[in-house]
Amino acid sequence: MGRYILGRLISAIPVLLGITVIVFLIMALIPGDPATAILGSYATPENVEKLNRDLGLDKPLVAQYFIWLGNMLQGDFGTSFSLNRPVIDEVLERFNGTLILAGTSFVICSVLGIMAGVISAANQYGWADKGITFVVLLGISIPSFFLGMMMILFFSVNLRIFPVSGMWPIYGTRDIWALLNHLVLPASALAVVATGVIARLSRSAMLEVLRQDFIRTARAKGVNERGVIWRHALKAAMVSIIPVLGIQAGFVLSGAVYIEIVFQWPGVGRMLVDAILKRDILLVQGGVVFVAACYVLFNIVVDVAQSLLDPRIKT
Amino acid sequence: MMAFLKLLARNRLALAGGIVLSFVVLLALITPLLPLAEPNVTNTAARFQKLFTEGALLGTDHLGRDLLSRLMWGTRLSLAVGFAAAVVAATLGAAIGIVAGFYGGRTDNLIMRGVDMLMAFPYILLALAIVAALGPGLFNALIAVAAVNVPFFARNIRGITVGIAHKEFVDAARLAGLSNTRIILTEILPNVIPVIVIAMSTTIGWMILETAGLSFLGLGSQPPQADLGSMLGEARSALITNPHTSVVPGIMILIIVMSINLLGDGVRDALDPRLKSGALSRPMASTMVRRKDPVPQAEGKGLLEVQELQTQFHVKDRVYRAVGGVSLHVKPGECLGVIGESGSGKSVTALSVMGLVASPPGVITGGAVRYDGEDLIGAPYRKLREMRGRNVAYIFQDPLATLHPLYKVGDQLIEAIRAHRPISKSEGQARAIELLKAVRIPNAEKRITDYPHEMSGGMRQRVGIAMALANDPDIIIADEPTTALDVTVQAQILSLLDDLRRSRGLAIVFITHDFGVVGQLCDRVAVMYAGRIVEEGPTQSVLETPTHPYTARLMACVPELGEGKRRLEAIPGLPPVVDKLPAGCAFADRCDRVQADCRQGEIDLEREGARAVRCIHPVTPLKEAAE
Repeated sequence: MGRYILGRLISAIPVLLGITVIVFLIMALIPGDPATAILGSYATPENVEKLNRDLGLDKPLVAQYFIWLGNMLQGDFGTSFSLNRPVIDEVLERFNGTLILAGTSFVICSVLGIMAGVISAANQYGWADKGITFVVLLGISIPSFFLGMMMILFFSVNLRIFPVSGMWPIYGTRDIWALLNHLVLPASALAVVATGVIARLSRSAMLEVLRQDFIRTARAKGVNERGVIWRHALKAAMVSIIPVLGIQAGFVLSGAVYIEIVFQWPGVGRMLVDAILKRDILLVQGGVVFVAACYVLFNIVVDVAQSLLDPRIKT
Repeated sequence: MMAFLKLLARNRLALAGGIVLSFVVLLALITPLLPLAEPNVTNTAARFQKLFTEGALLGTDHLGRDLLSRLMWGTRLSLAVGFAAAVVAATLGAAIGIVAGFYGGRTDNLIMRGVDMLMAFPYILLALAIVAALGPGLFNALIAVAAVNVPFFARNIRGITVGIAHKEFVDAARLAGLSNTRIILTEILPNVIPVIVIAMSTTIGWMILETAGLSFLGLGSQPPQADLGSMLGEARSALITNPHTSVVPGIMILIIVMSINLLGDGVRDALDPRLKSGALSRPMASTMVRRKDPVPQAEGKGLLEVQELQTQFHVKDRVYRAVGGVSLHVKPGECLGVIGESGSGKSVTALSVMGLVASPPGVITGGAVRYDGEDLIGAPYRKLREMRGRNVAYIFQDPLATLHPLYKVGDQLIEAIRAHRPISKSEGQARAIELLKAVRIPNAEKRITDYPHEMSGGMRQRVGIAMALANDPDIIIADEPTTALDVTVQAQILSLLDDLRRSRGLAIVFITHDFGVVGQLCDRVAVMYAGRIVEEGPTQSVLETPTHPYTARLMACVPELGEGKRRLEAIPGLPPVVDKLPAGCAFADRCDRVQADCRQGEIDLEREGARAVRCIHPVTPLKEAAE
């Protein structure tokens, strides 16, 4: 197992490098002088020239890339001009918020999505199946930002159950309950689409598995229907569900941007949008590379989970 | 194409989606012709008018602009941008996919690596990076959304192209000296276009959502121009005081995306042939029972008594009579062979006993299955479940498919026990080892932690047998247990079953298509053809003097060692399809003794002593054979 994980980590290196290349190339698309773009159009010529030197922007493109990569590997993502602090500090702080939001959402959508899919498949063409299918269709069609706004309107303004926005109460203690209270609406709004996608996939994966011979064997042994569905069929279906969980994690992680805006949640997504509007390129660059790298690493966790589930994968 | 549209129209939800979408698109198209207020004219005196205000049906926004007009123009813009993004993504993605798939080799490798890199990004993050570089704006948002969807198309289309690039007609075009460009344009592209269109129909909803999302973030359309996303974004600050300004564009996005998704699902379902046949239905916990005729009385012939069993498969409006009135019985310690070609209904008969025929489409429509005199057909599921494995156990063909691939064999054995009585983990472990030893698996202590794929075929089938023995059943139904095994292993398994039968007094129903196996193991044999028993009797007697021509032909198919150059005769033709059985004898068309009266009226199973045959022109007269 240790060797398998090591192997996956090593094979992630080219992907991580590829990500930096892509981000670097996208940023190289920026029209005009990057230093001006970074410092804004009111920068003094001296400052522009100094930054160009500092960033190595007077060098050829390939050299620039390696300087940038080298700096990043040492933890230096540059300095955000709009916030006037190191990019890495800001990203780490904000990523914490996103991780709490997206992590909770991911747990919600995985558990609910799989459960809904299994129940739907187990009652194929029954009322539970029809109901779930309809709700799922609604869920994957509603924009998460609109849903979030409607949730605020209903739960926060009308019913006054949950706070309107933010991650912490403005006054009062910052304990886990305060956090959870603030987390319920945004995490649910973010989870809805992914829950729908996972439920759909789980349903079809279950239907596929339920027709297999080993399900008939389980029934022939006298295993009860609950065991057949949740132990035998679901375990086999998980082999095709887990990769989708990995993809949905990416959707939740990056889709958090809408929810962070709607609920004023202090996360990377909101930071990125602000940075884009202020043309704070280094902050965008650093944020994108950091989140993408985290996602690549998360996918290794997914692969490991898959290999633990399925002994046929050579570890 | 017409058939496809018909199929699509039959799906009511897809039809509804299609109608709603056409309506919205039509409205968007004729928006410039409608008598609407100017969408961008501000009137701060009339800010936040409520719904259904005079002169402003949907009210006005924070700058006093008419919401209905803005909604219509915004819908028009959102649809156009979403559609454009889909077309751009599909065109670029298809081009990349076709080039990669057609040229293959290094080109393919290089391109697909790049595509994988792009797919390693969390989706929206990449779009944000692109907008960051290009700057906010609707056109840039369009480019960003299209760009992040290119990998999806590239990957799909490449897969299809690889399949086509090696077809004969492409090779022919190459030999004819056509240039690669011409081949791609005239041979590949026409075959790929339908796939592109389908992929587009399923992703266009996403693209509309994503462009709306970018606009919502303020990175897409810039004021005063507004698409649905930026309308929502602008309305957000007035969400609590004037919710209608948010609800109006939000509902519109929901309607558009939902109708596209409904339509897309319909398209996909109409094109997925598996759904047409209903093959994706899940089998229920026990076979459906719909008996019309009165249930036959118990005759007390054996421990297991199958009487006039009828099992059918109902697929759409066709009825396949897989089992058409089969009667069998088996006593403790006895082995009954059931023999026939594939499709003769022998497996379905066996599975019907414990209600294991997949249903839908299977339905038991008549007869009785009696265990110790008690009828099991139509027994409540709970009763059946308790008997499965405990009273009647099964051994199936191909243990690689019939054992759960992700559980250790030991755990599967323990589960078989636990399904019927509580047992501690260590006790279960010990019992599992005992069972594996009983079926002569060497090194049983170590083998219980093996997964099925780590064992050989013979060992796996032993596990299958051990599992059947787990609860000391009275009856074992073995459904071609040796078919997937090679001959030496087959002999071992047969002798194992024979020993178990003698030592435990098991009643065995042994299903096979091999007369050699029947001769080794079975006391009595029943020959099945087209869902009915055509001959029955003590094994020795039937082997020596077969009476039904089918039995005789079936026996002639078995090669015998030391018999020299005996001609192996295959039976010409195929068994009849059981949804249209001919009148009279079902074997008539393949029989060399057929006469005119064979095809007229029902032929009964005639009994004489221990022998029975369903034939009016038997190879040997029944009386003679019975002596």
